[in-house]
Amino acid sequence: MSDAIPGSHRPAVVAAEGFPVLVQSGHEAAQAQRRPARKPRSWLLTVFMLICVGYFLFPLFWLVVASTKSNDDLFSSFGLWFANFNLLENIQTVLTLQDGVFIRWALNSLIYAVVSAVGASFLATAAGYAFAKYRFPGGTALFSITLGAIMIPLAALTVPTYLLFAKAGLTDTYWAIILPSLATPFGVFLMRVYAADAVDDALIEAGRVDGVGELRIFFTIALRLLLPGSVTVLLFTLVATWNNYFLPLIMLNSADKFPLPVGLAQWQSAAGAGGGAQALFSTVITGSLLAIIPLVIAFLFLQRYWQSGLATGGVKA
Amino acid sequence: MSTLVDAAPAATTATPRRSRLTAAKRRQYGAAYALVLPFFVIFVAMVIVPLVYAGYLSLYKTRLIGGTSFVGLQNYADALKDPLFLSGVGRMAIFLVVQVPIMIALALFFALALDSGMMKLAKFSRLAIFVPYAVPGVVATLMWGYLYGPDFGPFAQITTALGLPPPLFFTQNGMLFSIMNIVNWEFIGYNMIIIYAALRSLPSELYEAARVDGASEPRVAWSIKIPAVRPALLLTVIFSVIGTFQLFNEPKLMYTLAPNVIGTAYTPNLYAYNVAFVNQDANYAAVLAFLLGIVIMIVSYIVQLSSQRVERRS
Repeated sequence: MSDAIPGSHRPAVVAAEGFPVLVQSGHEAAQAQRRPARKPRSWLLTVFMLICVGYFLFPLFWLVVASTKSNDDLFSSFGLWFANFNLLENIQTVLTLQDGVFIRWALNSLIYAVVSAVGASFLATAAGYAFAKYRFPGGTALFSITLGAIMIPLAALTVPTYLLFAKAGLTDTYWAIILPSLATPFGVFLMRVYAADAVDDALIEAGRVDGVGELRIFFTIALRLLLPGSVTVLLFTLVATWNNYFLPLIMLNSADKFPLPVGLAQWQSAAGAGGGAQALFSTVITGSLLAIIPLVIAFLFLQRYWQSGLATGGVKA
Repeated sequence: MSTLVDAAPAATTATPRRSRLTAAKRRQYGAAYALVLPFFVIFVAMVIVPLVYAGYLSLYKTRLIGGTSFVGLQNYADALKDPLFLSGVGRMAIFLVVQVPIMIALALFFALALDSGMMKLAKFSRLAIFVPYAVPGVVATLMWGYLYGPDFGPFAQITTALGLPPPLFFTQNGMLFSIMNIVNWEFIGYNMIIIYAALRSLPSELYEAARVDGASEPRVAWSIKIPAVRPALLLTVIFSVIGTFQLFNEPKLMYTLAPNVIGTAYTPNLYAYNVAFVNQDANYAAVLAFLLGIVIMIVSYIVQLSSQRVERRS
């Protein structure tokens, strides 16, 4: 593991240099200027790309179609087109099955994702800012350790974390999901790169001359400037926690603490087991559709942040 | 942590000019530690401690008779001869060699196509390709599982209508490709956005001259744009290496559809899960987790090294 630390230290330094380019690119206006519309359009390329787009949309189209069908129609009608419209009944079944546990799962998912994302983003912002703006004893070493940890597969830590949590009595609690999700070494890396340019050294110096305390400079001046970067880390953690399956599967026993993925997977294996439970296929499918709608909508609206944030890590990583 | 304590007094014993700065410096050190501390408390508790604990567990063995005893590296030696573990790692190596290049190549192609400004509906295409990343892996696998499935999957419906044999998605040989397809579907858009963001931030002077000289768009892409976004490509490859070896959701959910094909050790991570929670052998699970981490680090390191070599050559 010690080999990985000096090796992975290099990219961050380069990344910091590459960052100024990217700050400009974050603004849509600058992009529009740089690309005059005199290029020939290629119909061949457009048609080919639309075929590829079809590949990405077709499972989602199937999901929408399938959620409008009753369980019998799923088997008796062609999968890629509509049959009798049964969506409302399906939604009703999803929301009322097992005393409305689906709503509970959705609420749990929301709590896990929002608390983890806000917490992780704040921790990463504070640490990233400190690494970017202060030279302090041990700072380089701590940052190198953080970078080395990006390479550690989180899934490999989950089983030992479970055993430790079991000893501490933390399994099957909300903390079992939230605490491990708060540690995002990659978020610290992104925020260090971001903070290096987003917060002007002169601004910090001016604050010091005015006698503002170091921590107040962070909270009142820097935090606002760091916000776009923080939002990116927030989104990363939000999606990662919302989509996480491995960690809650291991940590949780009680169905009333499950997030959506674990709950849906449990329904699916019940449906797959056949027998009397088979009526569940349409329920699993409709539940899946309901589970992805919030995040898909959030994605479409927050698209801009993804791109600029990913550029931070990707330009010169 | 000892470096922090040692280093602070060293600064104060320096020249007199420096010692005048100490009060301000000290305040800054204090602020820096205060800002870094919350993250590191969590980081130590959630990453370092489990890591050390896994290392400790991996050196012991629990037997039904005789209890727990120290066995040194014996567990590691056993794991390196364990056909279930090795076949899982081998399967992931195939995955790495087949799926990751396809995924990155398509992501790169899409990113270049979107960046070229030569296509209509570019914004719509970008969103449509990226949207699967918002779909949880569990839901993606459920969807594709039903699509592949023999009961009401459209592929099976079409082959049945045409009087053909059923599709081979869940067979011994077909399963790996079925899972590769799911992973491609989930992550091409994510990788595309990383590369696309890097392309958008290239200064246009970099290739305007080549364009004025009459270089075609594919030529500009190949000779100028791709070399310029190599760091972003490296990032996507390393993330893919880490992701591939950790594959869990897809085989875990596919198990209900094809239990005989997936078994208990289709991927190393699934194996570690089954060892820990079905066999109740925490020690051996820790060994598998550790070895998996080492494999990932070695492969990531090789990827970085070979990329540096390419960079130096050009």
